[in-house]
Amino acid sequence: MGAVAFLSGTTGTCGCENEEKEAGANPGYFCPHKAPNLAYFRGMIYRFLDGLGHYFRFLGEVFHKPEHGREYLKSFFREIELLGFSSIALVAFISVFMGAVLTIQTAINLDDPFVPDSYIAIAVREGIVLEFAPTIVSLILAGKVGSNIASTLGTMRVTEQMDALRVMGINPASYLVLPKLFACLLFNPILIVFSMALGLVGGYYAGDLLNLVNTEVFLSGYFIEFNPFYIVYSLTKATVFAFIIATVSAYFGYNVEGGAVEVGKASTKSVVAMSFTIILFNYILTDLLLQ
Amino acid sequence: MIQVRGIHKSFGEQHVLRGIDVDFHEGQCNLIIGLSGSGKTVFLKSVLGLHALDQGTISFDGRVLGEMGKKEVKALRQEMGMVFQGSALFNSLTIAENVRLPLDFFASMTEAEKDERVRFCLERVRIEPDSFSKTPAELSGGMQKRVAIARAIVLNPKYLFCDEPNSGLDPETAIVIDQLIHEITHEFGMTTVINTHDMNSVLEIGDHVILMENGIKAWEGTMEEVLDSDDSAVVDYVFRSNLFKKLRAALKKA
Repeated sequence: MGAVAFLSGTTGTCGCENEEKEAGANPGYFCPHKAPNLAYFRGMIYRFLDGLGHYFRFLGEVFHKPEHGREYLKSFFREIELLGFSSIALVAFISVFMGAVLTIQTAINLDDPFVPDSYIAIAVREGIVLEFAPTIVSLILAGKVGSNIASTLGTMRVTEQMDALRVMGINPASYLVLPKLFACLLFNPILIVFSMALGLVGGYYAGDLLNLVNTEVFLSGYFIEFNPFYIVYSLTKATVFAFIIATVSAYFGYNVEGGAVEVGKASTKSVVAMSFTIILFNYILTDLLLQ
Repeated sequence: MIQVRGIHKSFGEQHVLRGIDVDFHEGQCNLIIGLSGSGKTVFLKSVLGLHALDQGTISFDGRVLGEMGKKEVKALRQEMGMVFQGSALFNSLTIAENVRLPLDFFASMTEAEKDERVRFCLERVRIEPDSFSKTPAELSGGMQKRVAIARAIVLNPKYLFCDEPNSGLDPETAIVIDQLIHEITHEFGMTTVINTHDMNSVLEIGDHVILMENGIKAWEGTMEEVLDSDDSAVVDYVFRSNLFKKLRAALKKA
């Protein structure tokens, strides 16, 4: 009986007025008073697909052919400064310490006279190049750059700045998002390469300062059997993650309705959505490129 | 002239505009008054084409908004200027850049001509040149409104729309803004449509006044007719305050 009720979506009907009010207007609505059942999961899938459809329609607006390239170019250089250069210090700090921690952990775990220090360097190098620099740094940039994009666009929405652009005959989605997207696509891979280099430097100095490794052997390990394709793999991930960061955060910011509280909520939601998407695409790309 | 015929607009179950017919003539300040929630802002945004209509037509000198192609709509937009309630200036740009933006997109002018036009518009709304390089956050509310007016008129529009241009301003600044809009409207022969709650604006610059109530046009007339009218809608809205009751009594006595 319970299983039938679950599948038909009738378990735990609370009959509260919210449920009645929302039923007609919002087909994906599920009253939070009810115990999760099939209707709940149906609603979740409905909302997800609805959101995905809106996201792709939004991308259609963003990729509308720009008619005044010069203005977009000016905006692009402003965004490079705002989204790219301002992240350098944060990425540098994180990368140096990430490399250092990786060396310490690997050296402690491989503390064996039969394991040469070059092996520790190889593990650190692969960890940084394959995963830490492209994925972890992108997740951090999703928090910094993504929330910046979402809150900037959200504020522009609630203060009618987007309406002002539309009245002028300017497509706000394209004019506001396209320069941000291209700034991220250009600068994210640069930041990732920068992060790799600093991560390796941080790893080397941590090993040296704490006397965990023989520095000469360790340094030579960075160059042993290096597969250049790993750089391609890493930069491919960085580019895809940059696209996710720019478009997902812009989507949440662009569609804010309400006031300052909703701008904050949209910013938080965008960071959660970006993190999920980056982790998911990290798996997909690793499976596709490294298998 | 802007002709509005039988426009309806709903948001879900909420029927906001319920069939409005009105003409806005050029060289006039057309004021729309009404209580909060009467549909003034939705009406203004519908006329601007920011809300798609459920029913009805809006034509700009014979050009029907819903029947125009994308290029024609774009060309029409360049004939429109809008002053938003919160000014809607772009925070990342300076005052001069804000005013210059429509020129950068749509004007075929040299850089020097653009600079000259920006300077002219900002000086016309009495912004001093030493403020040109400031950002909107560094200006007072009244100055922000004046910059918004300068941006709205920079392309020399035929139609100017203002959504509550006096909200949040002190009475003196509000009068300055009213006079500025009135002067510009007559100077450039624009068709100006203003949403307002400010009864002082009605009596200062209301060449044509429309009273909205629950999504319909409840009354229309001139500013002189507002004071003479015995229409219940006007009496209920305009003469609620003691000041206006006394003013009306004094005028009737005179």
